[in-house]
Amino acid sequence: MNEIAAQGLSDQPWLSLLTFLPLVGALAIALRQITAKREANGAVGANEQASIDSVSRRIAMLFTLGAFILSVFITVAYYDPAEAGYQLVESAPWLGQGVGYKMGVDGISILFVLLTTFIMPICIAASGAIEKRVPEYMAAFLIMETLILGVFCALDLLVFYLFFEGSLIPMFLIIGVWGSKGTKMLGGVTMPSRVYAAVKFFLFTLLGSILMLVAILWMWSFAGTTDIPTLQQTAFPAEAQKWLWIAFFASFAVKMPMWPVHTWLPDAHVQAPTAGSVILAAILLKMGGYGFLRFSLPMFPIASVDFAPFVYALSIVAIIYTSLVALAQEDMKKLIAYSSVAHMGFVTMGIFTATTQGVEGALFQMLSHGFISGALFLCVGVLYDRIHTREIAAYGGLVHRMPFYAFLFLFFTMGNVGLPGVSGFVGEFLTMAGAFKVNSWIAFFAAFGVILSAAYALRLFRQVMYGDLVKPNLMAIADVDAREATMLSALLIFALVLGVYPKPALDIFAPAVDAMLRNFDAAVSVAGGR
Amino acid sequence: MALLTDLSYLTPELMLAVGAMALLILGVFLGDKSARLISTASIALLIATLLVVAAMSGWPEREIFAGSFRIDAFSTFVKLMILAAAALAILMSDKYLAGEQLGRFEYPVLIVLAAVGMLLMASANDLIALYMGVETQSLALYILAAFNRDSRRSTEAGLKYFVLGALSSCLLLYGASLVYGFTGATQFDAIASVSAEASKNVGFIIGLVFLISGLAFKVSAAPFHMWTPDVYEGAPTPVTAFFAAAPKLAAMALFARAMVTPFGGVADQWTPILAILAVASMAVGAFSAIVQTNIKRLMAYSSIGHMGFALIGLSAGTPEGVWSTLVYMAIYIVMMVGAFACILLMRRRGGMTETIDELAGLSKTNPGLSLILTVLLFSLAGVPPMAGFFGKLYVFQAAIDAGMIWLALAGAVLSVVSAYYYLRIIRIMWMSDPAPVFEREQGSRLGLTASISALLVLPVLPMFMGPLRIAAERAAAALF
Repeated sequence: MNEIAAQGLSDQPWLSLLTFLPLVGALAIALRQITAKREANGAVGANEQASIDSVSRRIAMLFTLGAFILSVFITVAYYDPAEAGYQLVESAPWLGQGVGYKMGVDGISILFVLLTTFIMPICIAASGAIEKRVPEYMAAFLIMETLILGVFCALDLLVFYLFFEGSLIPMFLIIGVWGSKGTKMLGGVTMPSRVYAAVKFFLFTLLGSILMLVAILWMWSFAGTTDIPTLQQTAFPAEAQKWLWIAFFASFAVKMPMWPVHTWLPDAHVQAPTAGSVILAAILLKMGGYGFLRFSLPMFPIASVDFAPFVYALSIVAIIYTSLVALAQEDMKKLIAYSSVAHMGFVTMGIFTATTQGVEGALFQMLSHGFISGALFLCVGVLYDRIHTREIAAYGGLVHRMPFYAFLFLFFTMGNVGLPGVSGFVGEFLTMAGAFKVNSWIAFFAAFGVILSAAYALRLFRQVMYGDLVKPNLMAIADVDAREATMLSALLIFALVLGVYPKPALDIFAPAVDAMLRNFDAAVSVAGGR
Repeated sequence: MALLTDLSYLTPELMLAVGAMALLILGVFLGDKSARLISTASIALLIATLLVVAAMSGWPEREIFAGSFRIDAFSTFVKLMILAAAALAILMSDKYLAGEQLGRFEYPVLIVLAAVGMLLMASANDLIALYMGVETQSLALYILAAFNRDSRRSTEAGLKYFVLGALSSCLLLYGASLVYGFTGATQFDAIASVSAEASKNVGFIIGLVFLISGLAFKVSAAPFHMWTPDVYEGAPTPVTAFFAAAPKLAAMALFARAMVTPFGGVADQWTPILAILAVASMAVGAFSAIVQTNIKRLMAYSSIGHMGFALIGLSAGTPEGVWSTLVYMAIYIVMMVGAFACILLMRRRGGMTETIDELAGLSKTNPGLSLILTVLLFSLAGVPPMAGFFGKLYVFQAAIDAGMIWLALAGAVLSVVSAYYYLRIIRIMWMSDPAPVFEREQGSRLGLTASISALLVLPVLPMFMGPLRIAAERAAAALF
């Protein structure tokens, strides 16, 4: 009797429930807004607006926390980490002709789902400084969460594409509406630079992914379906794989972002509000790496082998060049943005080694970068909320006034450098170990990135924290408050635990990664490569 | 008996024609005070006709009047959409026309008469019937464009439309006569049976090209698009809203039938031409719209671009291509109706505002309207998960299946260019300082139309894309 009930419970569409839960929150906020307008006959006073704002903050917090709890519950109760295949699969007819609505997770995606639901409440909590159009802001974040969760759960290529592209819309609005002040001259026209950054972000990523759309359509007509598990077993002709790989690469490389299509990222990061930067760095960038692992490697193995040297080259350029660029930055957010590009270089390098260490290292690096870079952007946000500038030169000697903040900042700086004991180390080490197996020169060059990251991260820390506290506006600066301390400590715990004991995460990755690489090697050896 | 059966198949057209005449007489007797009554009656007439067409959808397909017209699943699908779009056009015009002192009873009657022409176009199966349908529709449209006869812009638009429309009719007739000369037939099936033989003669090909040019003019595909921006800008806004929706669909449907049925056997002769038209239209639509400041002119270029995307499907020359074009047009009409309902709501200090900058900060002054317009604009740009994306998806798919990957790639890249100017409007609405508030008392009809189309674009159509596709597929199958 109980067994039947349990069986029925595990058959529920848990993933859809999780994915669309935040959307319900967004609708609730919209509804609240409309009813308040109606009650006030269209003219909402300042007091009423303040109460609507605080209600929408609470609704957003409630739903993001709800999603987090639900995702943890699903993972603990129904996810079997020992199994390699897709789990919690649910499907429903949709377009017909081989296109259906299908969701499911495996070892590669489940931790990204958890990362997303974990980061989201932090983003909401970090949005205390947002004062204009709060309900719209909260709704945009909730919609964003739905779309991101959809990306990681989708098991149909077209459904994936829908979520993947859809996530551009809320992010575009978040950067463009709630971004920072300041203007930029462009072609003789002065426009707010946040608007410039938002449009650049949108068009760059749209151009990348529209090429992927054409490739998806070709695959649909070739295989007659867009079911991801089926396509992963489909052997595409070697010649076609090349073009498909390039089309998918165009999309994911922009998203990742890889050198030389990374130029939208510093702009977007600098202009986005703190929570927008966090979500961008911690989650949105991971969609690129996830795409490589979910599609490029399993579906186009032959092309992946052929193009691997090309990816290594771009990755190494990204690691060394963007680290050097980071060294020269005057703006804290820009510095961290460039360091993100460098860290993503390790990820792409690791993925295309197609070795267990490389791929697991890349996954781990993405996870850890989610905590560390998210935390670093939060740290910058803490300062920005107080002094309203992100310029490194405007600070100095903060350690005297903000000891706890300095501790947190140092910890995450060390994580960014890749110090052993913090999660950043594990990912970098594993990806380099994977690269070493393929070609020791790649690992040799990549190792420069570790040195350079220490150079720019420590420079940032020294200039902001150490020295004498001379600037008059810094004299009265307050240390982190309880809210900020909680957010940062939560991230710190994860970064520390995973750094000291990475095994649980690696164990979750392992079955899916092993299965994928087995298929990969089989496909490549059939084609006579390797 | 055969005549009676034929006539019974023509019930919708007869209903509309007789009804329009009756309303005209009624209007003359009652005078201009009756404008409101006549427009309500016209909407009722169009809806009644729509129901009749829907009821007739179960009838076996049939060619009537010696093959001049063909009533089949294709014509039914198209007619349903035409009638709905025409009814919506009248519904959306009321307030505007009354506000501009244009509330005359001829207006709804002209739209009904144009609808008669469009219904004929949807089922024309003969070059003569084709011409008749096109002219019936066009004459009504010329008058509508010049409906604000005291305005120089409006009369200029009407005259321009008339002169260039006459030119395109010439092209159409010249092409038709050449085709007749080389095949000895005007009836589509008769042409089809000899087209393979006749295509060896270059005169036949020239006739085909002229025919395509004339039809391209009607769908305003580049390089035959020159009239569109001027007419769209000059005509009264509700008329523009009507122009952008129903006539485009009727012309596209006619285009499909006039290519596939008579010239299906020689598809390799016309598919490359259509592909070039498609790319040219998408490029013109994408690049020219970037510099526009008037929203109606921008929508004109946008519709040129959309015709380019719809033509991608047609230029595949396959059943799949035809149904993808139909799906595209169905979604296009929903988006256009919604977008123009929003434009009609842009009213300030007793007059219409038409510049894009007037939308500045709309998200602050009128969050509801700006949200609706944002959804529609993202859909027009083809960003998932809006319905506009699925339209593009299917036409690209048809092109790829027909082996024209280059065409799908061109469409994909140009859709990014066009996204830029839709984004510009969204940017102005969300990220600029607010302009003065629009007048509120625009009547709930427009607001309702806009919200319903936005709802269709976002959750409804994407969820029920499967059934829409199946209906379009069935319609397209009737042509092959």
